[in-house]
Amino acid sequence: MDFLTLIQLLDSTVRLATPLLLACLAGLFSERAGIFDIGLEGKMLAAAFFSAAIAALTGSVWIGLMAGIAASMAFSLLHGLASITFRGNQLISGVAINFLAAGLTVLIAQDWFSQGGRTPSLMGGARFEPITLPFAEAFGSVPLIGPIYRELISGHSILVYIAFAMVPLTWWILFRTRFGLRLRAVGENPAAVDTAGVSVVGLRYAAVMICGLLCGIAGAYLSTALQAGFVKDMSAGRGFIALAALIFAKWRPWYALYATLLFGLFGALETRPDVIQAIFGIKVQGALLGALPYVMTVIILAGFVGKAIPPRAGGEPYVKER
Amino acid sequence: MEVMPKWAEVILVPLISLVLAAILSALVILAIGEDPVEAVNLMVTGALGSTYGWGYTLYYATNFLFTGLAVSVAFHAGLFNIGGEGQAMLGGLGVALACLLIPWPHWTLALLGATVAAALFGAAWAAIPAFLQAKRGSHIVITTIMFNFIGAAVLNYVLVNVMRPPGSMDPATARFPETVHLPTLHEMLAPIGINFSKAAPANVTFVIALLACVLVWFLLWRTWLGYEIRSYGKSEPAAKYGGISPVAITMIAMIISGALAGMMAINNVMGEAERLVLNAVEGAGFIGIAVALMGRSHPFGVFLAAILFGFLYQGGAELALWTSIPRELIVVIQALVILFTGALDNMVRMPLERLFLMLRRGDA
Repeated sequence: MDFLTLIQLLDSTVRLATPLLLACLAGLFSERAGIFDIGLEGKMLAAAFFSAAIAALTGSVWIGLMAGIAASMAFSLLHGLASITFRGNQLISGVAINFLAAGLTVLIAQDWFSQGGRTPSLMGGARFEPITLPFAEAFGSVPLIGPIYRELISGHSILVYIAFAMVPLTWWILFRTRFGLRLRAVGENPAAVDTAGVSVVGLRYAAVMICGLLCGIAGAYLSTALQAGFVKDMSAGRGFIALAALIFAKWRPWYALYATLLFGLFGALETRPDVIQAIFGIKVQGALLGALPYVMTVIILAGFVGKAIPPRAGGEPYVKER
Repeated sequence: MEVMPKWAEVILVPLISLVLAAILSALVILAIGEDPVEAVNLMVTGALGSTYGWGYTLYYATNFLFTGLAVSVAFHAGLFNIGGEGQAMLGGLGVALACLLIPWPHWTLALLGATVAAALFGAAWAAIPAFLQAKRGSHIVITTIMFNFIGAAVLNYVLVNVMRPPGSMDPATARFPETVHLPTLHEMLAPIGINFSKAAPANVTFVIALLACVLVWFLLWRTWLGYEIRSYGKSEPAAKYGGISPVAITMIAMIISGALAGMMAINNVMGEAERLVLNAVEGAGFIGIAVALMGRSHPFGVFLAAILFGFLYQGGAELALWTSIPRELIVVIQALVILFTGALDNMVRMPLERLFLMLRRGDA
């Protein structure tokens, strides 16, 4: 395998890791506040559809992005209503949201565009175009660093850079602000937060809405940057891989970056069986490689390689004592 | 003290949830510019207006009976088995192996053998997450989700590389031999003079599914094991104090659950397709969640809910055929049922409880 193949492989790793990273950080906010969210998949899918649909109708990808975020946050609100206000089962609510998104997106797509559940292909301003970072061409001829800067670091859409910037930002919010401290506390011991006079309900809604915001960006990335338009079920299990990455990362922002990059690499390798054959000398079935994130998550969850301990109050509705 | 009388708990709450889901579904149909009354008419004639329609409705209902019972048994033990999809996939693998490798002399023996194989494979696929939950404390919901994906990958690998007949491009097994063909409802009802549609896929498995309902009811409410499963689900500390082993109950409940989900394969793989294809389960494992929630995890409720979802599935297919409403409408209805009967249960329950409290005070 030559240097350029490696760069290409890492480049598609970054592209494929971006939606996983955004969804993983989304889940991180929600689960750190004690609200399990297996509806990441559905929220991404809804955002992917609405951002592509609105971008196609208005011709502006930015309006599309806003619409995608709004759709994802609407689902978040529903999840909050079910799991915080009405203290329902958070897992069942997540399942419902996944199906609601899977059904509604195709239904509306068919009604609006009549193209068999897809949106028209996005062109020009209706898509996020790759950004060429300054001096990419000038540095390009420098050996080693040049191609890395030109091919790998430069030339992604703005959402990729936003996703990577979200990692330190999430870390800072969660571990260096008062809001973050309270958010983590509400996921570990909501009664203590309540005693301190801080609203448990308010904090949890805030966390769930941030989750919706990030899932919205993740979904918009899928349909307006990674691909040019929405197709049925285009999230293709990414929400669940993000969930796996979240456990893999033990609910920590920096680990989330590493986990999603690793899972992104698996995704990139899946499309390049020739590279695997060149390195390992054996032919690996693409389907089995695709299952690797899930297998690794099961192993991690089982505590065979380090223990993943979820937030203590996760999944439990908070009932104020009367 | 129970705030609500039992009939309200068992009938009123699910009914109101269902009505809410129906109203929202009607609004969705209106929003995409179609007529809800017309749609319901089409669905009823399409799914229940002919023996052909009934044949499909009952075929789908058979699938949902198995997966609904699977989710119910786990619910009674306080476990959420979201992996019915994967367990049913693996059950299909068991059925295919049993039908292709063993030269069965008669379909009755083949059915018995295939049922055992399907149950074993499904149970095995549920046993691993159960073991990890019981012994290693990993969350069963997450592991069963992961096992759905792993199961799909395993099946993909096996169908493409191992079981695909030479020369075939299709990722599917060879056709099962004629001897393992299960009698359809047409063949079963013809001798007693009922002319049931020949084309519909409903088969003898429907009877087995009904039998499974009775057995699950007997197990849960008439045996020691059922008592232990239910008490473990109600309160883990109380069950522990009563000498019930959490590890044993988690394992047993999940193994029964997985076996039931796996047994779905005798309907769709052996009864209908007569070979194993890649996407044989078609989401029935997930519909089991909606069926169990709506049926309040009681076998009779599961039976009613499975018939309803069978009707929705067949009716939805007819809708997609005759109108511009896509099949995905059923997914939306399914989501709304899960939402209202599952997650938003308290939204219906809280005002009702208040109402009954007021009525009771009025009496006193």
